[in-house]
Amino acid sequence: MSANRGSVLVLGAASDIGRAIAHAYAKAGRPVILAARNATRLDPDLKDFAVRYGVAARTVEFDVLDIAGHGAFLEKLGELPGTVVCVVGFMGEQARSEQDPAAAELVIRSNYVGPAAIMAEAANRMVARGSGTLIGISSVAGDRGRASNYVYGSAKAGFTAYLSGLRNRLAKTGVAVITVKPGFVATQMTAGMKLPKPLLAQPAEVADAVVAAEAKRRDVIYVRPVWRLVMLIIRGLPEAIFKRSKL
Amino acid sequence: MMLSGWGRYPRAECRVVEPDGAAETLAAISGNDSLIARGNGRSYGDSSLNPEATVSTRRENRFIAFDPATGVLTCEAGAMLSDILATFVPRGWFPPVTPGTKFVTVGGMIAADVHGKNHHKAGAFGDHVEWLDLALADGQVLRCSAAENAELFAATRGGMGLTGIILAVCFRMTPIETASIRQETLRAGDLAETMDLFEQSRDWTYTVAWIDCLAKGGGLGRSLLYRGEHARLAELPAEHREAPLALKPPRSKRVPLDFPAASLNRWSVGVFNELYYRRSKPGTVLVDLETFFYPLDAILEWNRIYGRSGLLQYQCVLPKAESAAGLRALLSRIAATGAGSFLSVLKLLGPQAGVLSFPLEGYTLALDFRAGAATLALLAELDAIVAAHGGRIYLAKDARMDAAMMRKTYPRLAEFESLRRRVDPQGKFASLQSRRLAL
Repeated sequence: MSANRGSVLVLGAASDIGRAIAHAYAKAGRPVILAARNATRLDPDLKDFAVRYGVAARTVEFDVLDIAGHGAFLEKLGELPGTVVCVVGFMGEQARSEQDPAAAELVIRSNYVGPAAIMAEAANRMVARGSGTLIGISSVAGDRGRASNYVYGSAKAGFTAYLSGLRNRLAKTGVAVITVKPGFVATQMTAGMKLPKPLLAQPAEVADAVVAAEAKRRDVIYVRPVWRLVMLIIRGLPEAIFKRSKL
Repeated sequence: MMLSGWGRYPRAECRVVEPDGAAETLAAISGNDSLIARGNGRSYGDSSLNPEATVSTRRENRFIAFDPATGVLTCEAGAMLSDILATFVPRGWFPPVTPGTKFVTVGGMIAADVHGKNHHKAGAFGDHVEWLDLALADGQVLRCSAAENAELFAATRGGMGLTGIILAVCFRMTPIETASIRQETLRAGDLAETMDLFEQSRDWTYTVAWIDCLAKGGGLGRSLLYRGEHARLAELPAEHREAPLALKPPRSKRVPLDFPAASLNRWSVGVFNELYYRRSKPGTVLVDLETFFYPLDAILEWNRIYGRSGLLQYQCVLPKAESAAGLRALLSRIAATGAGSFLSVLKLLGPQAGVLSFPLEGYTLALDFRAGAATLALLAELDAIVAAHGGRIYLAKDARMDAAMMRKTYPRLAEFESLRRRVDPQGKFASLQSRRLAL
């Protein structure tokens, strides 16, 4: 029973996807911990969780870039959560990231260095306990670098590879590692972009897929199955053709 | 972003603002000279469209408090009725008034002061609101209720968002024992019989009639009347009594494409209506809440069957004394054109409450037509019939009435306008509809 797997820590809970994931777990009866910067802005959500699902919910302050503080952050939670979902991400502006190394570094630290570090801290504690699930929200953008978003994409590629290695390392422990590639999602981050409807998922759809992936002990999921095919094709294109394409 | 109401007519390019939290809503009010709130966009016409700033309450969808002893729910204005049903039906509570779709927000239900199949007994949604918090044009937030800021409350329910932006709402729900409705179906051969059945059904909580608007002559106004009560626990078959409040898992289908313009015509609709009328068996059955209240919600994007041009829904109400003559005139005119719709609904309403609320004591008729020049001409003719019989049109459905018709048919409009001049002297809150109606 999912209700017996303990609490769920959602890192990046203020984002549309993070909030939806917290809802999906609370609906399944799991206590949720909402972690974000300026976490008190999520206080109205706590009342909502209490009325809607009758589960315990709380907020905690979290900054993925404060890597030195990650260990202390987990200790301060009291009990180690049963599941940790890392939704943290920052797309930045590709054009700016190309010209401004500091901007590029922020994107890379926000999507790779920081998330990898907190996953490592959580993983080591879960291994010591002998159980737990780590879920990383990565991106199809990490499957192949494209001109339109390769700085963000390369960081997500790093995160995807990191999760893959972590899963390999922990395969014989009781700790599961799941990689989630949502594809296009209708969120504040993508508002105003013209995206093809069959490829565009709602945040609640991503959230349901995450909860289902944990229940089914999956390794890597694309939220809409069509993405597996799309990325298979994109990854399969010879570089000589791909480098001239506008994908 | 290109936006429209549920009727997909008219469409307008609107700048959309999506505040998250009251502070951001207040910032949207101070930062825009002209704006209108938009819930889930289920009003049919242009009530929730403002090209300069359309303020979506989509993110303001949280529940704030619930008292399981009294069934009083407090929530943000963007809370969806579908979420309320999913959360509270299993706990034995049902919204006191529900429109024909659950894909609406609580803020939208107040703005249109929606009615349901129980208006003759329960009044409109606004009658069950304990209080609401309203953000005004000057950034003030006022709690409004029947006792506190009562004038503003009466103008906000049914006020189509023109008094301000609703932030939070507290309303009472109704206790239920089961998630089923005991539904009785009756057949009426003509208009007089239909109206008789409504009169005989006054004690029923829910009544509604599907009316065949293509029937002419002796069959004019023939209908199927449905009346319903929340089923008591003892009425359920034994095998359902263990989980009487369980909601059925949704089984929805989506209309995959815009239907071609020719697919809905007097013959196809006529055949449908004939079959529907003949196949529906009079008698009593137990049905689930979804089937009774939201049959069309099972077909997602059903508005697409009217094609790319969109649909115009015409919903009017006629005072009781004028209803027989008025309905006869309207139905004859519609049957003569053959421009009928699948969805023609007749209901008996009780008296008006809010300043601009639609209901008045009498019969309301709602029909769908494909949008287009012929329909617009027909509806203008229907307006004249409605006005001549002392009736009016529902603003939540309207996309095309003119300002003169509005002025003629909403007797408390002057009261509304004087209050609005006081709380919003610059007319900040405006929609394409309010501009068209010169409000």
